[in-house]
Amino acid sequence: MIKKALERLWNGIFKENPIFVLMLGMCATLAVTTNAINGLGMGLSTMAVLIMSNLMISLLRKIIPDGVRMPAYIVIIASFVTIVQLLIKAYIPSLDKSLGIFIPLIVVNCIILGRAESYASKNNVFLSLFDGIGMGLGFTLALTILGLVRELFGSGLAFGIPVMPDFYEPIGILVMAPGAFFVLAILAALQNKFKAPSASNVERKSDLACGGNCDGCAGMTCALNHRQVAEQTAEKARQLAEERARIAAEKKAAKEQEGGEQG
Amino acid sequence: MTNISVSPHVRSGLSTSTVMRDVAIALMPALLFGVFVFGLRALIIIAISAVTCVLTEYVYERLMKLPVTVADGSALVTGLILAMNLPSTVPFWVPVMGGVFAILFVKQLFGGIGQNFMNPALAARCFLIISFPAMMGGNWQAVGNIFGADAFAGFAQRMSTLTVDAASAATPLAVLQGGGEVDLLQAFLGIHSGCIGETSSLAILIGAVYMIARGVISPRIPAVFVGSAVVFAFLLNLLAGNGVPSVNYLVGQIVSGGLLAGAVFMATDYVTSPITRGGQWIYAILLGFLTALFRVFGSSAEGASYAIIIGNTLVPLIERVTMPCAFGSSHKGGAVK
Repeated sequence: MIKKALERLWNGIFKENPIFVLMLGMCATLAVTTNAINGLGMGLSTMAVLIMSNLMISLLRKIIPDGVRMPAYIVIIASFVTIVQLLIKAYIPSLDKSLGIFIPLIVVNCIILGRAESYASKNNVFLSLFDGIGMGLGFTLALTILGLVRELFGSGLAFGIPVMPDFYEPIGILVMAPGAFFVLAILAALQNKFKAPSASNVERKSDLACGGNCDGCAGMTCALNHRQVAEQTAEKARQLAEERARIAAEKKAAKEQEGGEQG
Repeated sequence: MTNISVSPHVRSGLSTSTVMRDVAIALMPALLFGVFVFGLRALIIIAISAVTCVLTEYVYERLMKLPVTVADGSALVTGLILAMNLPSTVPFWVPVMGGVFAILFVKQLFGGIGQNFMNPALAARCFLIISFPAMMGGNWQAVGNIFGADAFAGFAQRMSTLTVDAASAATPLAVLQGGGEVDLLQAFLGIHSGCIGETSSLAILIGAVYMIARGVISPRIPAVFVGSAVVFAFLLNLLAGNGVPSVNYLVGQIVSGGLLAGAVFMATDYVTSPITRGGQWIYAILLGFLTALFRVFGSSAEGASYAIIIGNTLVPLIERVTMPCAFGSSHKGGAVK
């Protein structure tokens, strides 16, 4: 059990890091990582919500009816987000000011709903808790690293402390919106180049946007995708069968004709 | 290259390297005039920018084991256009950073020549303006009486020093935005502060005439771009409630700032402008509209470079709606019944 719990931590931080590998929760990532402190603050807030929601959803997994599970999850997540938001407002108003709308938006963060659907609703409380911790740590780590890189090159600071030599001229664009795309794109390009695992370099198994890769998928979209994959496969099989039948029929006809001529 | 289609064939002597050679020649009057006005610093910035662009392309293509396309001259032209868009007062690492950004991020990472979605030099200029606003637009080299009796001595003096009189002299465009009037003749000749290659409208027009005469560019995009910029500057000023703009203001819009240089050298970039005739009209009018919009309502005096890179990104859409249909087919793709 302990081994499995540690495996969840490892999985969340490295193997399926929500930002670097799964590439989930990108809006918040792009918007708030203007410096390391914002990244850390956003990461920790999300982590708090994720742990609590994983815990609660896992506890209630046998009670929540399947048909209304999404609304139920959202209600649970939204409650915790509200708690976290009010706490931040009360005790760290500066963070509340710099993160702004992105704290309430944690409600619709793909990672939280994704973990609820694909893990917490299927596993026991203990493992779900560790899954939340692992994923939360992975998210926090990724956001802090991105924030640190942007802060370091974009304003010459690290956690608000000047670290670059005096002659260094900060590249202002990196702390603006385009800078987030630059840093993430360079990161994804390096991951692809060195064939590190990432959602952007999976083998494409089908024409679907997700590449037919069902590992990183969760929820209704997944069900829809599954159906689409099944339909595509069936359609291809049907076409193949028709083609074969047609060829066989042609051959048969040709043979008969030949036979007729000979006869 | 060995793929020969059914006759008749049209033989054209144009190739990437001849086009790029002509563009480089056309850039020379503006750049040489920039060196004459701004001195040794301008010359060094032009050299650094060109060398950085060519080197970046060479190193990247060698590292990625791609065919090296340095010989076609496109990287050199990018470097020259980038230098044209820089003030002479910038530190020497600015053209290096701009050149690397232009070639590596805008051109090569999107697939090299012919694949860039924006004009690399202009994208680099905008990158630099956003990143280092103080250097790129707050600090212009003062320009004195350069055609006076001691013109030669003055030029020799400018060529022998790296320190410049970095007076924060307002560019004519900033004067116009502030409601002032400019000396149109001086602005046309280029005797004022500004970026290295954009000050002299005369030198740019010489380059434009050369390129049109050589068949490298068609006058359609530059002419429509400049014309619509003036028309929209007039209309938008009325809309903004600034009253009827003066002739000085409207002509000043053309002869000062980056509009003319952008229209001739950057908006006509083959890769990032539409190939259809209708598309070129739409594109050029759009650029004129955006330039006027940014100049009238924007916080900064200049708007041509942002207008052009925004226009660049819309080119695929413009081409899609203006693509003519082949004889015997309909616009929807199928054959005519």
